[in-house]
Amino acid sequence: MSRRRHSDDSDAGQPHKRRRTSEPSEIEERLESLICRVGEKSNLEGLAGVLEADLPNYKSKILRILCTVARLLPEKLTVYTTLVGLLNARNYNFGGEFVEAMIRQLKECLKVNMYNEAVHLVRFLSDLVNCHVIAAPSMVAMFENFVSVTQEEDVPQVRCDWYMFAFLSSLPWVGKELYEKKDAEMDRLLSQTESYLKRRQKIHVPMLQVWTADKPHPQEEYLDCLWSQIQKLKKDRWQERHILRPYLAFDSVLCEALQHNLPPFTPPPHTEDSVYPMPRVIFRMFDYTDDPEGPVMPGSHSVERFVIEENLHCIIKSHWKERKTCAAQLLSYPGNNKIPLNYHIVEVIFAELFQLPSPPHIEVMYTTLLIELCKLQPGSLPQVLAQATEMLYMRLDTMNTTCVDRFINWFSHHLSNFQFRWSWEDWSDCLTQDLEKPKPKFVREVLEKCMRLSYHQRIIDIVPASFSVLSPANPVCIYKYGDESNRSLPGYTVALCLTIAIKNKASNDEIFSILKDVPNPNQDDDDGEGFTFNPLKIEVFVQTLLHLAAKSFSHSFSALAKFHEVFKTLAESDEGKLHVLRVVYEVWKNHPQMIAVLVDKMIRTQIVDCAAVANWIFSSELAHDFTRFYIWEILHSTIRKMNKHVLKIHKELEETKARLARQHKR
Amino acid sequence: AMSSSGTLSILRSDSYAELSQYRDQHFRGTRYDQERLLRKSCTLYVGNLSFYTTEEQIHELFGKSGDIKKVIMGLDKVKKTACGFCFVEYPCAGGDAENAMRYINGTRLDDRIIRTDWDAGFKEGRQYGRGRSGGQVRDEYRQDYDAGRGGYGKTVQ
Repeated sequence: MSRRRHSDDSDAGQPHKRRRTSEPSEIEERLESLICRVGEKSNLEGLAGVLEADLPNYKSKILRILCTVARLLPEKLTVYTTLVGLLNARNYNFGGEFVEAMIRQLKECLKVNMYNEAVHLVRFLSDLVNCHVIAAPSMVAMFENFVSVTQEEDVPQVRCDWYMFAFLSSLPWVGKELYEKKDAEMDRLLSQTESYLKRRQKIHVPMLQVWTADKPHPQEEYLDCLWSQIQKLKKDRWQERHILRPYLAFDSVLCEALQHNLPPFTPPPHTEDSVYPMPRVIFRMFDYTDDPEGPVMPGSHSVERFVIEENLHCIIKSHWKERKTCAAQLLSYPGNNKIPLNYHIVEVIFAELFQLPSPPHIEVMYTTLLIELCKLQPGSLPQVLAQATEMLYMRLDTMNTTCVDRFINWFSHHLSNFQFRWSWEDWSDCLTQDLEKPKPKFVREVLEKCMRLSYHQRIIDIVPASFSVLSPANPVCIYKYGDESNRSLPGYTVALCLTIAIKNKASNDEIFSILKDVPNPNQDDDDGEGFTFNPLKIEVFVQTLLHLAAKSFSHSFSALAKFHEVFKTLAESDEGKLHVLRVVYEVWKNHPQMIAVLVDKMIRTQIVDCAAVANWIFSSELAHDFTRFYIWEILHSTIRKMNKHVLKIHKELEETKARLARQHKR
Repeated sequence: AMSSSGTLSILRSDSYAELSQYRDQHFRGTRYDQERLLRKSCTLYVGNLSFYTTEEQIHELFGKSGDIKKVIMGLDKVKKTACGFCFVEYPCAGGDAENAMRYINGTRLDDRIIRTDWDAGFKEGRQYGRGRSGGQVRDEYRQDYDAGRGGYGKTVQ
């Protein structure tokens, strides 16, 4: 993937100087730019005229660009359908070719499992009914074929779900028109929908819910929620007032146009390679009571809510790499004075951040996006964010632990950008609770994470004195042999010796010979053949070394590297590996971040292995820390490394097999 | 046919991950060499750090965009203490460095807006400041008072 632009000018003296862009490609860029930059306020009729004039020479390019924006810019759906409508009114054949191209693109998307983009295409086609490009009865016929997928046998439920979703999620745009033209057929479809939704399985819901409680907002299954919204829309006689429909202004032009019939569309059959989108749960945290002064937030079962959320998610999907653009696009979503836009934006962002199993984008993107939004709306957005934080805190008791972890990471990182300013006293209710309860635990973990981004004294300073019970420990190393009062400990003198030796740049061999003097408390296990598991040797060596290297991560990493041979020998057995980890913990239990990076380094340099880490984490000695987040940070990181390793080896195996196969062919 | 050709330049935009105008004057090699290395780099230069910002803080922040391979602290050539910059190395596949450019560059660390930029790769010696007094060049000549970077610029002092 080429991620950066090449500067044309600076290639002076280079043998392969980039050629000047050839004529057609320049035109294509101009056309693409013209079409992409279009908005609701654009002169659509003017653009239609320009494109019509270009049709004789650039028809296929224009077709391709329009198909692509239909697929990739769904947040501007109605603008582009209007444009296509105007083009169709001027050039009936072009309209027909566009519809054919869209159907081809839809089939292609379904074939390669691009189901999210396929939904955008279906919605686009349905809105083309509103623009008099596609005849309503043929659209209903396509939806009949979609809904009949629910009658298929022995197919995954998610396949039927997708076709149902594609049908239902188009209705906010085209429900009215389809119902006016074909009410009996639509009623039949809706009735089939209802019976499908009643009989489908929903065991995935508890797994995907962010909160286990239904109050104040139930976490609804996505199809159930959409169905409620469509039922309400039908009850409201299909009156939908949120979507901006530029084509309404051109009705006189468009209604003169001849419509095309969609060709009969047979959903491609289910294959072994088909991978459908996972089901979802709708995340809600706000309702109209949360912003009593502002415009009314559309209810959870209103179709407006669905459309707003879809569009905001699409904007993030389009611009996630460009945080300033993304923030600006979100804030310029139309309808700003009729809906509490800041609340919708914050809700949609947290919906993605807390999405299970994983957010659509890397977590840190959401932190930075929220900061950009605060910069653009400093008088309003920070308050909404504070309100959201407060609400999330209040509901910690029923929040999924993975989501709590993400909340902690987000909040601590966010605070570090705002001098850790927060009204901690508002949360003093947590001080009266058992420290293992979610609220005090959350505050402790947040403070620990805040400390990682600053330093211990800062954290002590930012919280009220009453919060000291929740403050993190000063992350200092605990050296067992540090004090003269410990001189009676076994291994003390060897530790002293070792310290001097290491300071004098002793070699690995010298270290080994010093360690020979350490008695083995497991006398019976000593079989006399070289090094066996000697926990005291490990303790003396690891304690001393880590203490000497305590100054920084780099110092510790250098120490691990320099004495790698000693580590490997001492930790050769499984018990040895486990004991190394135990000693690391004893030395650095005040500094979980250090434990995490040391464990990571030791896995990477094969001093310990993933199994040893797992055994250590699940050992009884660590039981008291089992619910601390750093433990899970280490476990997840270890599993990730293992996964990467397995994937890498698997890939090498496949490549070797392929090479072998090629050899045999010769 | 679908995946490769099918996107729009507006959606390909990734301005935060692009090369900046800065080129290292001390780089050994041609401009072309430098840019080639910058384009495939997974090492970031991080600037405008406080002298008191620790490797641990850097690790915590930059760990948010992926697994860090190495942090190399920038040092005053004379005092051998931190002088306000560092290098962060990420593994080369996976886009971790790009994500740092997109989401960590221009945000705060230790209360300061930090700046990240692509680096052609760490070489021994590059961990030292190049200013005459031992720190970074920018701290030689600046006129303002910056408590996190030794106060006034060296020539002012």
